[in-house]
Amino acid sequence: MNNENTALAQDERLRSFEEYVGEGKAIEPRDWMPEGYRSHLIRQISQHAHSEVIGMQPEGNWITRAPSIRAKQILLAKIQDEGGHGLYLYSAAETLGISREEMLEQLQTGKAKYSNIFNYPSLTWADIGAIGWLVDGAAIVNQVSLQRTSYGPYSRAMVRICKEESFHQRQGYEIMANMMKGTPEQREMAQDAMNRWWWPSLMMFGPHDGDSPHSADAFRWKIKRHSNDELRQKFIDKTVQQAEVIGLTIPDADLKWNEETGHYDHGEINWDEFYRVIKGNGPLNKQRIAHHIKAHEEGAWVREAAQAYKQKQAQKYN
Amino acid sequence: MTDINQLKYSYSLRLGDNAWILSHRLAEWCSNGPILEEDLALTNLALDLIGRAQGFYKYAAELEGKGKSEDDIAYRRNERQYFNNLIMEMPNGNFADTIARQLYVSVFEYYFFRELKNSKDETFAALAAKTLKEVKYHMAHAADWTIRLGDGTEESHKKMQKALNELWMYTGELFEMNDVDSELMAQGVSVDLSMLKPKWEQHIIDVLKEATLAQPEDIYMQTGSRQGIHTEHLGHILGDMQYLQRAYPDAKW
Amino acid sequence: MATDSQLDLWEVFIQGRNGSHHTHAGSVHASDKKMALQNARDIYTRRGEGSSIWVVPAVAISASNPEDAEAFFDPADDKVYRHPTFYQMPEGAKQI
Ligand SMILES: [Fe+2]
Ligand SMILES: [Fe+2]
Repeated sequence: MNNENTALAQDERLRSFEEYVGEGKAIEPRDWMPEGYRSHLIRQISQHAHSEVIGMQPEGNWITRAPSIRAKQILLAKIQDEGGHGLYLYSAAETLGISREEMLEQLQTGKAKYSNIFNYPSLTWADIGAIGWLVDGAAIVNQVSLQRTSYGPYSRAMVRICKEESFHQRQGYEIMANMMKGTPEQREMAQDAMNRWWWPSLMMFGPHDGDSPHSADAFRWKIKRHSNDELRQKFIDKTVQQAEVIGLTIPDADLKWNEETGHYDHGEINWDEFYRVIKGNGPLNKQRIAHHIKAHEEGAWVREAAQAYKQKQAQKYN
Repeated sequence: MTDINQLKYSYSLRLGDNAWILSHRLAEWCSNGPILEEDLALTNLALDLIGRAQGFYKYAAELEGKGKSEDDIAYRRNERQYFNNLIMEMPNGNFADTIARQLYVSVFEYYFFRELKNSKDETFAALAAKTLKEVKYHMAHAADWTIRLGDGTEESHKKMQKALNELWMYTGELFEMNDVDSELMAQGVSVDLSMLKPKWEQHIIDVLKEATLAQPEDIYMQTGSRQGIHTEHLGHILGDMQYLQRAYPDAKW
Repeated sequence: MATDSQLDLWEVFIQGRNGSHHTHAGSVHASDKKMALQNARDIYTRRGEGSSIWVVPAVAISASNPEDAEAFFDPADDKVYRHPTFYQMPEGAKQI
């Protein structure tokens, strides 16, 4: 075959791939896929996995101080779920030919990103409520939309994750609701957490659609199913009502219902802050990665021992 | 409280405290495990223990009959009013330290709850039956890791041996009995701990043998928990654990 | 130091309850089969999803090649006589 023919065959393959995906059919690990599709997926899925895993830290910060047996149980189970989500997603990414070792290295060297929101500190117990309600609430809007993503292993992981997520947001909202029914100090604590977590939660959906890189391919390939602004709007619309019910104020003077569009209008997000934190200059970027590296390095001898034991056993019985 | 309820209350508190304090330690592993899978495994152990603590605290509150909740019992006592065995409050250390603690404790608990299941007190018997299932798993988890680390690399062998040696001095008091034990034993409610010791020891020796590890030397055994005398670690655990309950005594969470 | 190892990849199959099939649930990393089983238990049956678990080293699985899909699976498409609806039963016959 000459080069021209090969190029033609490639074009043909790409066309039939896109047609297939366009019909809403799923791609499986051993199917042919364009390199761009593979690399976009690896980036997106591993970033998502890293977010789940790094997200364990701000909540883990309060486990030993959880104020009741029930609260401790719920929080621990919730964080454990997040670890599980990270694991499902690492597995999904592994089917694309990248190892977990490589992904962890990318995380630890800063080559791979994770959700910006986890670079903010969890300062009071109310933050545990705010994280569950707002951060998980924002995440689930995105995750529900990804259940129908075109890559089979990713979509299956998302289905499982969404099923498990269903209690996360509720437990956070319950914490906030109880605090708002509590003492003046508790109400103050809850409103303060709301003030600090609202805007970073909105930033979780990413830049405005016009400023979002790699969007076109991602839509055509059904890796992304809804735009950033669309999902953000959905989150705002449902959260405003929930805040009202328990008496919390949303820290946005420009927030108001728009009769015409049937949505809430909201104030502008501080994009300088968004890009600054992405670039590594958030309150806790360095600590979050350092924490991950520390656990990883302290566990190295354990993993080595497990491998050595396996090899010894194999020798014994061969 | 009648005398018998007073005794059962003390017994329930002791068992609740063991589970509650150990769960606190295990929960500290969250996001610090040697591999993601193990992180989740350690959390599962902690969750079993929290559930167990809740069961025994609830019963203690009932026996006391002062209308307290499980949380009042878990969160509103002082250092000298906790009766968990000292080994439960030992810091996590490295992974081998945690596994050694898990091994000693879970093997003890396996034999203990196997007996308590036959208690003439129905609540103790029911709680023990439920706990026994969980403890069997904890024991397998600890034994498997002891063997992997013992028979793994030179480094892991050394670390595991050191951990076992260092915690050995806290195993003696697991079998220590006081008036609560003897009086409840007479009524068929509690377990004869002295009977458990040889079984426990044999079980540990068997695991260590497979792990190519040596049984720690019989050294001085530290005790104190039956009198509520602890190591310095407990106060710090309580400082963390009770912070919100103490700082906002009127708040409900 | 040796290069990092996240241990080996295993595939996990869970049976929801006795009588049903084991179905693929996902993967775990582990160095031996006991660990693989325990990890699978801790990760995939936290909500009582299982009554039995199989773990298989991922390297032990052979998968059909998508390139062969036509040769493998299309020939089954026209074998309608394998399905009961293919047959015409005389009117009035019961329980067949
Ligand atoms: Fe999650
Ligand atoms: Fe979540």
